[in-house]
Amino acid sequence: MAEQVRLSKKDRISIWWRTTFLQGSWNYERMQNGGWVYALIPAIKKLYKTKEERAAALQRHLEFFNTHPYVASPIIGVTLALEEERASGAPVDDAAIQGVKVGMMGPLAGVGDPVFWFTAKPILAALAASLALGGNIVGPILYFVVWNIVRMATMWYTQEFGYRTGNKITEDLSGGLLQDITKGASILGMFILGALVNRWVSMTFTPTVSSVKLSEGAYIDWENLPAGPEGIKQAFEQYEAGLAISETQVTTLQDNLDMLIPGLAPLLLTLFCMWLLKKNVSPIIIIFGLFIAGVVFHVLGIM
Amino acid sequence: MDLNIIQIILILIVAFLAGIEGILDQWHFHQPIIACTLIGLVTGELIPCLILAGTLQLIALGWSNIGAAVAPDAALASIASAIILVLSGQGEAGVSSAIALAVPLAVAGLLLTILVRTIATGIVHIMDRYAAQGNIRAIEIWQWVAICLQGLRIAIPAGLIIAVGAGPVRTLLEAMPQWLTDGLAIGGGMVVAVGYAMVINMMASKEVWPFFVIGFVLATVSEITLVGLGLIGISLALVYLALSKQGGSGGGGNANIGDPVGDLIDNY
Repeated sequence: MAEQVRLSKKDRISIWWRTTFLQGSWNYERMQNGGWVYALIPAIKKLYKTKEERAAALQRHLEFFNTHPYVASPIIGVTLALEEERASGAPVDDAAIQGVKVGMMGPLAGVGDPVFWFTAKPILAALAASLALGGNIVGPILYFVVWNIVRMATMWYTQEFGYRTGNKITEDLSGGLLQDITKGASILGMFILGALVNRWVSMTFTPTVSSVKLSEGAYIDWENLPAGPEGIKQAFEQYEAGLAISETQVTTLQDNLDMLIPGLAPLLLTLFCMWLLKKNVSPIIIIFGLFIAGVVFHVLGIM
Repeated sequence: MDLNIIQIILILIVAFLAGIEGILDQWHFHQPIIACTLIGLVTGELIPCLILAGTLQLIALGWSNIGAAVAPDAALASIASAIILVLSGQGEAGVSSAIALAVPLAVAGLLLTILVRTIATGIVHIMDRYAAQGNIRAIEIWQWVAICLQGLRIAIPAGLIIAVGAGPVRTLLEAMPQWLTDGLAIGGGMVVAVGYAMVINMMASKEVWPFFVIGFVLATVSEITLVGLGLIGISLALVYLALSKQGGSGGGGNANIGDPVGDLIDNY
């Protein structure tokens, strides 16, 4: 095994700072890939000295990546540890590194989105906004300072945590732990991809398939509800009991598709894209095609 | 109200920062609470802009980029409506009409960010070429080109508004057809599939396809969060690894028993 190369704290600080620009070249093809490689450049410079090794490392890290921009840091930490091992001669292959990235990005986005976007930001922003409405400049200052301290601390400490954890994983090479992680990561990665295709690719077909007039008593009879709060209460009770809101039941094409399995259309679209890519169709053409399809289908009333 | 040249330059710098942050989502210069306040500071109209900042921030509380979905653009909404407020010279009385413009501006900004994000696709292809040559410096430069494009996305409209005044902007926004904005948003929902398709093409093997199917089906249960799905995925991987080891050590000569389905597929 070649001599062990280690990243210094200065390298890791530099990478942490560069992670700020993770989304800078966000694109529809591989999303945060450009920012990801930009963040890792100090490590690539330190760990790999020949032009060929550097080219391979740059290409390896230009693969697809997307997560919540703050929780990318622990993934970067783990990746740094894996790259250290690879540079020192350990058998860490491209699939292992990509597997770790893909396996971690979905679940971590699942942590980052609710914590930062749905909880911390609305609470802090609402507080700051209420101060600003009164003409008080403390509101914006408070928002800016608190938000950035929380963000920067989160990114630094989770990156360090990922780095230490990653080192532990790679220490025990003889036990086959790394091979297990490679296999495990690709299992986790494929599992998460299946989930993400279903959840994050959105397609809704709007044509009405059938419009059935419901029989009396199957829907809430709005005309005969008592007035005021009592009426609202009864309406909710009837809704709970399973009564429909309007007297005609409209079934759209999407409802029919969802009866097979929700997310069928996104799955077929993904498989179609995979097929096109294998046929060497440029991703840019596919992307433009999908935008045009979106506009055309919408104008035709299909989506 | 008339702006002097220094004020115009400062407004453009603030707009540039807001545009960059609209994509980075780190320092939050694009949030109305910060962006409108900064415009107020550089133009000397602090109090009306603070009130605009607070009002707009409350409207924009839930605007977030989740996954690959693009939220209404807070950057253009805050910068442009603050400039229009300042130009109108109405002070606090102009806040409500500036707010009315903010939402169509947010949609216009969304279209611009979709445009820049599509251009960025070309930029990462340029990065690919330099990566193959091991040219680190060029990749860094192109990352910054992409970032600056996002800054110009707001700085250019801000400059145009200052140049032409608020009236024409209003007319233009009202002329933008609904079908186009809705259609592009629908296209944006589908385009995400391309990225996933590329990763799957790279990771897929006969061994791991079943896990893709399990993940896809479990995702239809909307009560399971992504964290929950992650935990299920980790458990599945651990179970699979443990079982495949048992098969290896205990199976002895009966290697064929380990994966009858796989053999069937192989021989088919």
